[in-house]
Formats: sequence, structure tokens, C-alpha cells
Amino acid sequence: MPINYDDNTYEVLRDRERCINCRVCERQCANLVHKYSAELSRMTADCMSCVDCQRCVSLCPTRALKIIKNPNVYRENANWNSAAIKSIYKQAGSGGVLLSSMGTPEPYPVYWDKILINASQVTNPSIDPLREPMETRVSLGHISQDIERDASGRLVNTVKQTLSLDVPIMFSAMSYGSISYNAHKSLAKAAEKLGIYYNTGEGGLHKDFYGYGKNTIVQVASGRFGVFKDYLDAGAAIEIKMGQGAKPGIGGHLPGEKIVEDVSKTRMIPMGTDAISPAPHHDIYSIEDLRQLVFSLKEATNYLKPVIVKIAAVHNVAAIASGIARSGADIIAIDGFRGGTGAAPTRIRDNVGIPIELALAEVDERLRREGIRNDVSLVVGGSIRNSADIVKAVALGADAVYIATGALLALGCHLCRSCHLGKCNWGIATQNPELVKRLNPEVGSERLVNLITAWKHEIEEMMGGMGINSIEALKGNRLMLRGVGLSQKELDILGIKHAGE
Amino acid sequence: MQKEGQMREGQVRIPSGCAISGVINRDGRRVDGGAIAKSIAVMHDRSNGLGGGFAGYGIYPEYKDFYAFHIFYTNPTKKSDCEKFLEEHFEIINLSKIPTRKHPKITNEPLIWRYFVMPLPTKLSDSQLDGDEYTLRCVFKINTSFDGVYVFSSGKNMGVFKAVGYPEDVAEFYRLDGYSGYSWVAHGRYPTNTPGWWGGAHPFAVLDFSVVHNGEISSYDANRRFIEMFGYKCTLQTDTEVITYIWDYLVRRKKLTLNETAEVIAAPFWEKIKTMNESDRERLTYLRTVYSSLLITGPFSIIVGFEGGLLALNDRLKLRSMVVGEKNDTVYIASEESAIREIEPSLDRVWAPSGGEAVLVKLYEK
Repeated sequence: MPINYDDNTYEVLRDRERCINCRVCERQCANLVHKYSAELSRMTADCMSCVDCQRCVSLCPTRALKIIKNPNVYRENANWNSAAIKSIYKQAGSGGVLLSSMGTPEPYPVYWDKILINASQVTNPSIDPLREPMETRVSLGHISQDIERDASGRLVNTVKQTLSLDVPIMFSAMSYGSISYNAHKSLAKAAEKLGIYYNTGEGGLHKDFYGYGKNTIVQVASGRFGVFKDYLDAGAAIEIKMGQGAKPGIGGHLPGEKIVEDVSKTRMIPMGTDAISPAPHHDIYSIEDLRQLVFSLKEATNYLKPVIVKIAAVHNVAAIASGIARSGADIIAIDGFRGGTGAAPTRIRDNVGIPIELALAEVDERLRREGIRNDVSLVVGGSIRNSADIVKAVALGADAVYIATGALLALGCHLCRSCHLGKCNWGIATQNPELVKRLNPEVGSERLVNLITAWKHEIEEMMGGMGINSIEALKGNRLMLRGVGLSQKELDILGIKHAGE
Repeated sequence: MQKEGQMREGQVRIPSGCAISGVINRDGRRVDGGAIAKSIAVMHDRSNGLGGGFAGYGIYPEYKDFYAFHIFYTNPTKKSDCEKFLEEHFEIINLSKIPTRKHPKITNEPLIWRYFVMPLPTKLSDSQLDGDEYTLRCVFKINTSFDGVYVFSSGKNMGVFKAVGYPEDVAEFYRLDGYSGYSWVAHGRYPTNTPGWWGGAHPFAVLDFSVVHNGEISSYDANRRFIEMFGYKCTLQTDTEVITYIWDYLVRRKKLTLNETAEVIAAPFWEKIKTMNESDRERLTYLRTVYSSLLITGPFSIIVGFEGGLLALNDRLKLRSMVVGEKNDTVYIASEESAIREIEPSLDRVWAPSGGEAVLVKLYEK
């Protein structure tokens, strides 16, 4: 047997006093960590395969399990830390690109946590959302400032092709294939109930979900999987995916084992073949090509649907967004580098792109300086973790936010970051029918509805504290924000003052 | 007196409470500024001596076709530069010092001049702008590029008079009993902290729109960052300034009616819109969607003065007091009823408009 250079990252601790050998953990673990040994008459564990998804811990009826970090230490080295060393062992063994899932875990600054929100005292009253109306409704799309009147002088409603959200939150793109049927169903049902939208991702729309069309954003990505006339017509909006925060500049790769029968039908590709999305769209090599795709999609859908262009937050994001705003897009979605993914090369996920807070501030300011901010709506994602992040995003200038990791957590995800292995024990990022059925879409959608409802209450409380009773009056209202512990340069980019100023 | 190191309006955002008052004779009868001064004086305790001001409409009938610029020169050496700029862009019909009387409570006054001007026809046609837009841009240019020069009134047949001090003293200082207008608005200011800069007093005016405002709006920066996309520069960082620009943008540039403009800035709640008849629902949904960033939240009561009328409006929750009274052809608006009773004890009607309900009063059609 060859030497295994790597050690196990996690240890399974089993309390022998508590364990009743019921073998639930064994049945629950798709990674085959737990095993009953008849010989020893007790449970054993192969810690090497453990991804710390916490499924066994959550389901153990006697609370006998704990997963801990392996206390084994490599000789300490601030430069060559154990993660760096393990990467070398892995690649020296495999010869392959390192793969990871979900957003980067590296300790980059989270600017949301360095921004504080204002509240009213004395000179103007705070507003109690339990007693007064508090409005969180927003419209997304190209909204012309030009007034038209008919012969009798009445205003003509020229605002078409907008999305209307009861709360400025949408579920962002996760494809059927990367996540399960039941996960998609949970998102679709919740979006419908909440008066918001979910996003198909690049994997097409399962025939069962066409009924949720008015709460669905259908995505057109570089692989064009599952894109055809009915699909475009089914959604409330069409999103062109140019990039993703977790992996700017590269395409996607869904391994053949996830292309099971239903996924293959939905994606319109043969079963078992890898679904590879090219890095660029092969019909978009420049901004003018993007314009052509935007208008092709509008033509195909009779100019009835807003078109979203989604990009990853990269260094030159403001100029790129400005170009997109002039390309017929109605909405620009920007995905920050902390955003999640079902699979990405680790080095790209952890090193490419910029934080969403800075990208948002820069794009909003640039579009305003050019006087075209109202030509498009801005939706931001890439690690929105709670209602305070949303309030800060809106005050920086976003019209709405996209959440995905947060939504998956609501469905039970424990962020083990192993989606690319396809063995999600929570039934989310897997196509294994035995695993998929663990996620009950009724329960899942209810938990999503709870989450967004709770956040809505919190947003209303924070708005009321500021004396603001409509989210429109919060949008771009940067005076309501202050930075803490930020350099002058960071404050300048965010367009906010330091606390105390 | 400005203390060293203290920042004035424009360098820092200063919240303030206030008193406002307005009066209009719908038959066009012109009265002097004495009554409005009496009215605002009753609400002495709503201001703190750090700003008072008035706007009168119909006060310059002999020059009614010319823009009347009222200018503060806190730096008198810049006067010649400013006048050179004016000469390059306008025909100056008349210029003079604005008459004032020495007042013990009004001190540290700048030079205050008045110019009646019209755009030079060649410059105007070169600019491809209309007279109003041309004039407004010139005013912005002066206010942002000549340090110590500030144009605080620029409309036709109207004028703003303001200073650091209590409003009743400001009225005496400017000899308002010597002007007669068909409508007047007044403002007494209660800023939390200001060094007392004359330009920071109210009303704030662009062209013939003037606004007096009581409140502190919570939507300020959302409104500011939106309106600045369209060439306005909020140099004073005051609520009144941004409200005035919103008013100018929607009415003069977007040609919304005054009532529609009120519906944008103090929009009804969505839940109320839902219950309205179809035509109202459609209009309000449209206006709220298109001009969502011009919704003003937080407490305010405002009186907007314009050629031929006044408009009074409260925020949609009515977080500031405002009452309206009527007697024959005259309509009164004030923060407190006492300010109306002071000048007209026997009113035909007096009421408190509800939040978001615009009260539009215009001169009778001739």
C-alpha cells in the first residue's frame, strides 16, 4: 500500500457510553465513514473520508457524536501551514487541479463587518414598524426618467419589463444538476410564496417547475444547457451569466455522474456526459457582442422580459458595468469573490476577484457619475449573510441582493464545502436519489420562507430606527453608514465616512 | 460670528428644526412684508436666532421679465470677478445694493447686492439651453467657483431675503415693509449647530422656486445622490436645498404637475395605492416606480413658493405640525395655528392637512 502523505482533517469522536449501535450514522453517511464492526460489536469510523457535514451528529439519537479538527500537528510553520502542505501532497499524488466548493474560507476582509448603520435620536423620530407601514417593495429593471403624456394629458406608463419584489432579496443561480430536484423545488415554492424570484442557474428548467415561471429567472450561460424557446418564455426574466464570483474568468464543469436521466433531459445533453460550460460565451468576445445577445433574447421573447447580465466582481468592474448598462441590459447582477459555487478550482476561488462591497460601491458611484444609474438596476451577491448585510448593501446603492449560500444553509447545508463530490448527505448538492429524498421540499420551502420573513422584519426594524419607512429612501443613502477600522482609501472607495465623523 | 474651526453648511451636514409660515392673496392683492414678519415672530421659540428668512412674490413688477439675483459677498474683493462673469453672460439691466437698516441683533453682514439680468442672446443661443436652464447653470457656476460669493435668489419678480438672526429681526433689517407681494413665505431656523453663515439660512431658492422646510429628512443622501446625476450640486448639504432641486427637476425639467410632484416626494403607501381606483393606482404606481429615489422620508413640512402660487405639504406620516387657514381670498399656512391667528384672528376655515396631502393655492385665473 502506498504511503498516504495526507492526514485526516477531522476526527470522529464517539461517546461509547452514549452510543447504542443503532447504526443511524452508518446509514446516513454517503462518505462511508461509519461502519458497524460485528467483530468488535461496536461502531467504527474511517476519519479519512469525513468532510464534517455534521449529518451524523445531527441525526444521532443519543448525541454520541462529535466531529473535531484533527489535533495532529505538522511542525509549525507560519509560511508553510498545514493547508499549504496538504495541497502539495494532494497534487503530487493526483496531478490535478485542486477543486473546492462554496465560497472562499480564506480570511479576507469582510467589509460588511466594518460598516455600521445609523439610527435616529431626538432631531428626527424613529418609526415603529409594528405601528406604521414599512415598505420593502422594489422594482427592478430599466426605468426611463422621461415622461410621456397622452392626448388628454394623462401620464403614459412606459415602465415595462420590470421585476417586482416584496422584499429586495432573490435566490441566486444554482443549476438543477449542481443541486437536487428537491432543492430546486424548495426554492421555487418559497419564491412563489414570498413574492420574489429564484434562478434556474445554467442547467435548464425541469418540466415540473414551469408552473413557478412567474417567480423564476431563467439563466442563459455559456454552455446554453436547456435553452430553448419555451424555457425563455417560461421565466419572468432572463439572466445572461457572464461570470461567477467564485470563479471569475472560467466556465463550469458538471461531472458525468451528476448527469442522471432527469438532469440530462433538462440540460438537453446525453446522460453521463460531462456538462462543460466554456469560459467565455463563444458568441461574446466583446461588449458589442453582448448587446447582440441581449437583444436576441429580447426579440425571442417579444420584449416582454427584463434581461439581467451577471458578472463576477473583478478589478475593472465599474467600467464593465458601465458598458453593460449601455448594452440594453435591464439589470446588472454582480457576484463578489466570496460567493459560493458547486465546484471551482481552489486557486481561482481563493485568489481571483474582489469583494462585493467595494465592487458595489464603485459601480453605483460610476453609474451615477455617468448619469445612467437609473438605466439599470443593481443586484449584488457573493456572501450576503444576514439582514444587516442587506441593509448595508442597499445603503451603498444596491437595488436588491442575491442569496444562495444562505438559502442552502436554511435547507440544512452545513458548509462542508464538498458539493463537487456529489455525495451531499443533506440531499442538496447531489443527484443520488437516496440522498435527494432526505430533503423534503415542503419543509425546505417553509424554512426558506421563515428565513426571508425573519430578515424582512429585521430590515424593517433597522429602517424604522433610521426614520426611513420605504426601502427606496435607503437605496444609495450612504450617509446612513459609517466605517470602523477602515483606511481612508477604503472609506473613499466605499463612499462613506468613518465612525465619529 | 463664525468661530474658528467650526464648519458651515456645505462642509458638514447640520440638522435643524424650524418654524414656517406662508400667506397668499388669491386675488393678487399685494401686501407688504410686515404681516408675514408678525406671523413668524409668534413662533420665536421654534427658532434659535441662527437663521431667518423670507421670500416675496410679485415684489418686482417693474422688472418682472428679468432674473433678479440677490448676492452675498462675504469676500468683497470677489465682487468684481463676479460682476465680470455676470457681464460676460447676462445683460445687466439694473444693479444696486439691497437696502438694509442697521439692526443691533443682525451683525457681521456681508455685502448684499441685487442685479436684474437677462441672458445675453448670443450666449444663450450658443448654449442651446432655454433661459431658465442657462441662468441656473450660471448660478451654480458662480456659487461653486467664486469663493465668498453666493447667489441666494435668482427668480423673476420674486426675491429671497435671509440672514443669521431671528426672522422678525431679519425682516426689519431688510426693510420688508417696503416691498409688496401677493404671496410671502417665512422661515425661522433652529439648527443644532451652525456657525451662522448667511447662505445657510432659508428660504432656499432656485429660479422662482423657493422652499421653506421644517424637518430632518432621513432620505437625504438617497435623494442627493440621485438628483446630482442631473447637474445639481448640493453644496450646502441641507434638506431644503435638495428638496428645492427635486422640485425644480420634476416641475421645470420633467414637466410634472405640482400635485404629481407632491405625489412623488410624499407618495402614498403601497397598501393605500392598492385600494385606489384604477387611474389613480396606475398613475401612482408609475410615479413611485420611476422616481423611487425622490421619495422623501422622515419628518418634514414644506411650503413651496412659485410664480402664481404656494404649495404646502407634509411628510406622509405627518411627523411635523402644519395648519392651513382661509379667510376670503387669503390662505395662510403655518407650523402653528397661533401664527395664523396672529395676523387673521377670524378665519373662515382652519384645518390640518393630513400627511402627504398637498395643499395647492394659486392666484385666481384672470
